[in-house]
Amino acid sequence: MRRRLDLRMSSVTAFVLALSTCLGLAACTLGPTTDGPAEHEVTVFAASSLTNAFTQMAQSYETHAPNVKVVTNFAASSQLATQLIEGAAADVYASADQEQMAQADSAGRIASQPVIFATNHLVVIVPASNPGGVEQISDLAKPGLKLVLAAPGVPVRVYTNRALAALDSRGSYGAHFARRVYANLASEEQNVRQVSAKVALGEADAGIVYTSDVTPDIAGQVRQIEIPDWANPLAKYPIALVADAPHSSVGQDFIQFVLSSQGQAILAQWGFGHAP
Amino acid sequence: MRPEIRTRKPRRQVRDSSGMRALVFLAGGVLMTGLFLPVVALLWRTLSTTGGSTPGLMSDSVVSAVSLSLSTTMISTLIVILLGTPLAYAFARYRFPLKGPLNVAIELPIVMPPVVAGLALLMTFGRRGLLGAPLSAMGLSLPFSPAAVVIAQVFVSAPFYIRAAQAQFEATPRELEQAASIDGAGPWRVFWSVTLPLGQRGLLAGLLLSWARAVGEFGATILFAGNLQGRTQTMPLLVYGALESDLSSALWTGLLLIAIAALALALVYLLAHAFDPEAEDAGSQASPS
Repeated sequence: MRRRLDLRMSSVTAFVLALSTCLGLAACTLGPTTDGPAEHEVTVFAASSLTNAFTQMAQSYETHAPNVKVVTNFAASSQLATQLIEGAAADVYASADQEQMAQADSAGRIASQPVIFATNHLVVIVPASNPGGVEQISDLAKPGLKLVLAAPGVPVRVYTNRALAALDSRGSYGAHFARRVYANLASEEQNVRQVSAKVALGEADAGIVYTSDVTPDIAGQVRQIEIPDWANPLAKYPIALVADAPHSSVGQDFIQFVLSSQGQAILAQWGFGHAP
Repeated sequence: MRPEIRTRKPRRQVRDSSGMRALVFLAGGVLMTGLFLPVVALLWRTLSTTGGSTPGLMSDSVVSAVSLSLSTTMISTLIVILLGTPLAYAFARYRFPLKGPLNVAIELPIVMPPVVAGLALLMTFGRRGLLGAPLSAMGLSLPFSPAAVVIAQVFVSAPFYIRAAQAQFEATPRELEQAASIDGAGPWRVFWSVTLPLGQRGLLAGLLLSWARAVGEFGATILFAGNLQGRTQTMPLLVYGALESDLSSALWTGLLLIAIAALALALVYLLAHAFDPEAEDAGSQASPS
């Protein structure tokens, strides 16, 4: 089968050859053993709000355990739970609420007792230029305001609904406060970071996110309006080992790292509360 | 795969044709299976999850997504016809500066990632976009509105129609137009009475493809128009959003979208091949335009 390469190669052949070469190069760079003895790979599914904290967590853990490579997958906890239930392979699941953890657990996808590793609170954010003139919580019900929330089922939305219900029941924000706020909905985004992005871009007049979502990246572009403590639910983040985890012992070790003082310090640095 | 039985034919004009045939069918079969199996799987999962009952199809969210998809694509298709037809005519008939590069660039929305298209639209029509200030001076705010859905659809689907219409205008026999012109018809009359009727099948086929692309538009829409039931949540957005909360609705809407796509494809095929008067007149050798 060994033949001399035809110099007048057709363009299609040339294209296929070029693609194969690229693929070969890509395989080398993506391959597991290029620049170090990374023998294990641990896959962590984490809530969108953990994006910055867990990216740093992964880096610190790789320093702590040099033979491990951490692969992260950030999305709404509800989306991650769906992926797990549909059989996605992962080692660790870090959810933004206990409801989604329970969903994954009841589908038989959780292998260890979930542990609360962080807490969070909600905050209203508006663009720094404040085009909607939102100065206080009651302004969320201003007719015509463009409010962006996460989609129903996404943990931050569940907490938001709880906060709005509490504000509504106090009665000090006028009749049907919650209903008037929902009437201002302009979009229901797929995860909390899409909400903060739409506000930081200045397209939405207001959004409700976690306090930890006001990262240094967007802190200069948004203003925060506090939700009163009595109406602001405590978001509890559980973490657990996934069933049939390809690397369960490394996964367990990663969870221990998250709960360690070093892991907790990283979370605190990114605005999360300590585990109770 | 069954082992191929090799029959050695006496005349060997092409060597090893049965081996090649086997290889071609093997590779083709693998890809064909890969292309159709997911559709079959979606159908299977829909029927097994919902037991064939269709409550998912009748839910509020599905009904409003279907009606929003139909109404927005109707408007976007109308815009594509009104603005795309002159553009296709210009490409087919007129000379103008930069025609060559523009002729290629017009297809950019087809190959560019839709989510990038959405980002670009946000940077253009968004509040802080290029046209944001003049738009808000006119009291217009496009992001998160059904108008944004339409804009995204026009952006990604127009090239399909423009290309088809251009090819049609290029293929129209000039002698017929010249004959009409000699008979005293003005340029507008020639266009309306000769060029357009002669090209209607090609234009319609292009329009169907463009419409099908608009119905399926997702990436640009979710980024530029957001996602709100009854306002900007079109069918593809519902499929994505309902996946984690209401699988039955997601599955039924997905099937509906496939049915719409298949219908458009079948109509395009029929327009090109079946009841083609020219093909029948000219006999078996006539090729579809």
